[in-house]
Amino acid sequence: MSDTPVAGASPLPPPASASASAAAASSPVARSLRGYSRWRWWELVLFAALPLSWLLLPGQALLLNEIAIVALFAISLDLILGYAGIVSLGHAAFFGFGAYTAALFAKNVMPDPIVGLAVAIAASAALGLATSVLILRGSDLTRLMVTLGVASILYELANKLDWLTGGADGLQGVVMGPLTVPFTTLKGFDFDLSGRTAYAYTLVVLAIVLFVSRRLVHSPFGTSLQALRDNRLRAASIGLSVPLRLVAVYTYAGAIAGAAGALLAQTTGFASLDVFDFHRSAEVLLVLVVGGTGYLYGGIFGAIVFKLLHDLIAAWTPQYWNFWLGLFLVVLVLVGRERFVRPWTWFRVQRKQ
Amino acid sequence: MSTVLATRSLVKRFGGLAATNDVSLAVERGARHALIGPNGAGKTTLINLLTGVLEPTSGTITLDGTDITSLAAHLRVRRGVVRTFQINQLFNALTPLSSLALAVSVHQGTSTRWWRALGADAAVAAECEVLLARFRLADVIDQPVHSLAYGKRRLLEIAMAFACRPRVLLLDEPVAGVPEGERQEIFETIDALPADVSILLIEHDMDLVFNFAKTVTVLVNGAVFAEGDVATISRDPRVKAVYLGEGDGNGAAGAGAHG
Repeated sequence: MSDTPVAGASPLPPPASASASAAAASSPVARSLRGYSRWRWWELVLFAALPLSWLLLPGQALLLNEIAIVALFAISLDLILGYAGIVSLGHAAFFGFGAYTAALFAKNVMPDPIVGLAVAIAASAALGLATSVLILRGSDLTRLMVTLGVASILYELANKLDWLTGGADGLQGVVMGPLTVPFTTLKGFDFDLSGRTAYAYTLVVLAIVLFVSRRLVHSPFGTSLQALRDNRLRAASIGLSVPLRLVAVYTYAGAIAGAAGALLAQTTGFASLDVFDFHRSAEVLLVLVVGGTGYLYGGIFGAIVFKLLHDLIAAWTPQYWNFWLGLFLVVLVLVGRERFVRPWTWFRVQRKQ
Repeated sequence: MSTVLATRSLVKRFGGLAATNDVSLAVERGARHALIGPNGAGKTTLINLLTGVLEPTSGTITLDGTDITSLAAHLRVRRGVVRTFQINQLFNALTPLSSLALAVSVHQGTSTRWWRALGADAAVAAECEVLLARFRLADVIDQPVHSLAYGKRRLLEIAMAFACRPRVLLLDEPVAGVPEGERQEIFETIDALPADVSILLIEHDMDLVFNFAKTVTVLVNGAVFAEGDVATISRDPRVKAVYLGEGDGNGAAGAGAHG
């Protein structure tokens, strides 16, 4: 900062030196700036609801596990789409890569789930790093095509390399070892049919990812992602390296999508071509559209609504699930999410401001 | 006085058109330098070349004698060559405070932090406070940028550039499109910029140019047409003929249309 005095009658005296920083810490500006990253009450409710759902709904563990995995996958997409503005129609590339890596690791190397998860995360991050160069240039349309292409390539590779992946049959009979708690002497927990161990495992991973991602989006780095989403030209004009930041967030998002895929493979003991399929990429995008982008928790709310809706409609009319889903999406987008969750405003006459 | 930013025989061709034609320009330390010329004279193209948004066809650009002709745009900013835009280029979903805090963190070297919150840094907050007061944004710190009044957005446009600790500040029509009543506020903040920052100003508003600038360069058809101190340029009959005469109505209309 230049030490030239501020001309004119400024309402706030400029802190002249570092010693003034302490005084500035209680200024309205400092308080506002800290407020951007303050925990909101509903965030705390949501974090508290994670373990409560495990305790209070023991019979629903399988469904909840599925929801939590989709939520994790959607959070990953939100980081690149909602925060950094990178559109993707092939996010299943990372999900599937993580799933196959975890399944192959358990089958061929060792059955420990946590080591397998770490390996899958590392592999998916590497895939994110390698493919991030493809999304740096071009328009949104080229990014849609390139991401779709990468997922298709991996799908076909998994199909063709049947000596490794089992081809169209998938990797069957992946036996996971018991879940041990690191740095303790607790006896391992077996993945049982009720899915409660699996759900606890997924929940812990989800909570860690949420917490770390929350730190990330409120940091200078996270703010810079939103800045370059809004205006890349200006982001460069304040001295930010746009490509490096896109590479970083794409790699991180790849790692999280890989974790989601790995959790699916580990908790179901199965990986098939379905994890790379286009419908996965499309579904996670729909989940995020339902839950909302750019505030980190959209993936969770979206996954809950989407899965419950799916189960509800499928039980009622299994043939026409897609029809009702389509109708729901059209209404949601036309009405707008803000108004959709506030039904009491639907029929109110709009007043001009 | 010593030269901070200089170009030598700078040329930029778009197909057959030379938008910048053999321009050699020197911006002195602490300059109050205006760049004027009729619409299409190549003023914004020259700014784009200086800041690295465009690459020149030939010629060199130096900062303190160091060649920066092929340096990436964001690295030039870090060396102190910073610009504002004729059409607002802001982060619409952020607030003025978070926009400035981000720019400040880049130049305090903390923008790659991903574990600590942007607001956890007292040094960033302290610098933002000074910036918000200087650019009269203290009463709108938490409003989303897209909802700000146009004059405030123009001020933020300059504030974000100033947050980058410029050595040379390139102002591209800072009052373009701003209603008459809100211009004064912007004039005053520009006048109050520190004397050690060199300023190159593009402006159609002749009141601002002649009140603010000490040196004036006139561009016509991409080339330097005349250069000198304000008094000389304002009396130069050739300048009056090419610019003030025909450009007056044009310029005002153009400035309005860009808003």
